Amino acid sequence: MVHHSKSGAASGYSDNIFRIITLACGMAILIIMTGVFWELVRNSRLSITKFGFGFITSNAWNPVTEEFGAAASIFGTMVSTLIAMVIAVPLSLAIALFLAQLAPPAVRRITGGAIELLAAVPSIIYGMWGLFVFAPVMADHVQPALQDSLGFLPLFQGPPMGIGMLTAGLILALMIIPFISSVARDIFEMVPIVIKESAYAMGATTWEVTRKVIIPYGLQGIMGACFLGLSRALGETMAITFVIGNDHTIGASLFASANSIASTLANEFTEASEPMYLSALIELGLVLFAITFIVQILAELILRKAGKKGGRIV
Amino acid sequence: MNLRSTNGRKIADLLIKLMAGGSAALGILTLGWILYSVGAHGIRAFDWAFFTELPAPPGLEGGGLANAIVGTLLITVIATLLGVPIGIMAGTYLSEFGEGSKLAVMIRFFSNVLMGIPSIIIGIFVYTIMVRPTGHFSGYAGAVALGIIMLPVVARTAEDMLAMVPNSLKEAALALGAPRWKVTLQVIFRAARAGLITGSLLAVARISGETAPLLFTALNSPYWVISLNQPTPNLTVTIFNYAMSPYPDWQRKAWGASLLIMISVLVLSVGVRAVMRGKR
Repeated sequence: MVHHSKSGAASGYSDNIFRIITLACGMAILIIMTGVFWELVRNSRLSITKFGFGFITSNAWNPVTEEFGAAASIFGTMVSTLIAMVIAVPLSLAIALFLAQLAPPAVRRITGGAIELLAAVPSIIYGMWGLFVFAPVMADHVQPALQDSLGFLPLFQGPPMGIGMLTAGLILALMIIPFISSVARDIFEMVPIVIKESAYAMGATTWEVTRKVIIPYGLQGIMGACFLGLSRALGETMAITFVIGNDHTIGASLFASANSIASTLANEFTEASEPMYLSALIELGLVLFAITFIVQILAELILRKAGKKGGRIV
Repeated sequence: MNLRSTNGRKIADLLIKLMAGGSAALGILTLGWILYSVGAHGIRAFDWAFFTELPAPPGLEGGGLANAIVGTLLITVIATLLGVPIGIMAGTYLSEFGEGSKLAVMIRFFSNVLMGIPSIIIGIFVYTIMVRPTGHFSGYAGAVALGIIMLPVVARTAEDMLAMVPNSLKEAALALGAPRWKVTLQVIFRAARAGLITGSLLAVARISGETAPLLFTALNSPYWVISLNQPTPNLTVTIFNYAMSPYPDWQRKAWGASLLIMISVLVLSVGVRAVMRGKR
């Protein structure tokens, strides 16, 4: 409760109104959160009742016969995110290590600024760059090289078109690196200097201090940072829509075109004129919402346990 | 101590240091590559018509994106008018009245969660509450979607900025008998003004490149903005449509629009950070 200054009933009254207004604005956040969930469920009821649980497992996506299943989109989201995480987590930790432990102050400021800018670049710009600049490089150099060396794996078979699952995963990796590395850097910097210094005094090298002192000390925070990156990658839309190729298929080849939940939504939502089609798309949105909601809550809980407040790149 | 293992340790250490430096360099190089691509391609689209004329019909050369520039500005302004005041008031609740309250803990927690919800989901949400009931896409719906995305960002930065105002200042004003709302609005807000403005501008920077939430709300239009109560032209959806088109001239214009967006995001975020640094 608020303790009013006893300057009179009038100010107590106006203070109450002020408090209620700010409270209402704070409540708006909770109301929006609930509203999103409610509206997604309400508007996908048609599809939920028709397809039931089969919506998640079925690979059918045919607007003409009105058969809808989310498997291909979910598969694409999972695989592109997996590629992104496999690449981004080690790179981000290395960058965080560089920023927190190795770089001299001037280099640190410039590098830190550049990484922050990578986070500020809008998704659609990554999409433009990915489609017109990066995908041709993939098609002409990276994919043929992969095929020459690892072409016996089903992962790297098929025509090198530049766009497709692998390119989408790589661009996603690039986009989440700043998020993971900035949180990981804060976590690294939270390790008490005394602990680090005592390890150095024992003759440990920088790498040994990192591996045996800093990483174990900040493990929870690093996990939280990775979850934040994971949640970004799962919901990333425009960049993926530009480069993933937009094809509802599940295949082993990373060179092939695919689809993610978000890219399906971006491509098809405005074309969906039939109620069932629209409802299926909104249910797809509900699936994405549920996944990112859970990941985000885990990230918050882990980071809160790790003692880090909500500060992060805006 | 064994000499060989010491050497091994030193080599491992050196390798890791090189890898860490290499990763950082990779980040900087990629940023440079992206900025260069956008700049080099985008500048070729810039001419007088680009900033002053309507888009040319599909397949024809020429024309410009003046309508989309105006539309994006209008949508951003309305989104800011929605997101910033509500966000600052929400931040005020958290910082001034939220101490020890479970509700404040929940609002803080869920504003962090809301920040991580994909923006395309917010687009669908606004579609279901504004576009579907009215039966048409509108610039207002686009502005609401962007405003919702700004809200938690502004709220959390505002809370941090307000909490930084020294308690002594607050107490001095209260001791003079000023009511709490007056103290908050006239003393605390004034003291935290720079921080509040910075936080709001960063939130604007964040939404100025947003595309996904506009796809299902503002949509796009090749005409001038006459009313925001109908499909409204905007730069980001134009980039998407033009980039996916088969016409080279449209693709060039998509690069031009990208450069425009990139410049505004850079000016906002770099400028704001420079101001912040100068203040300290």
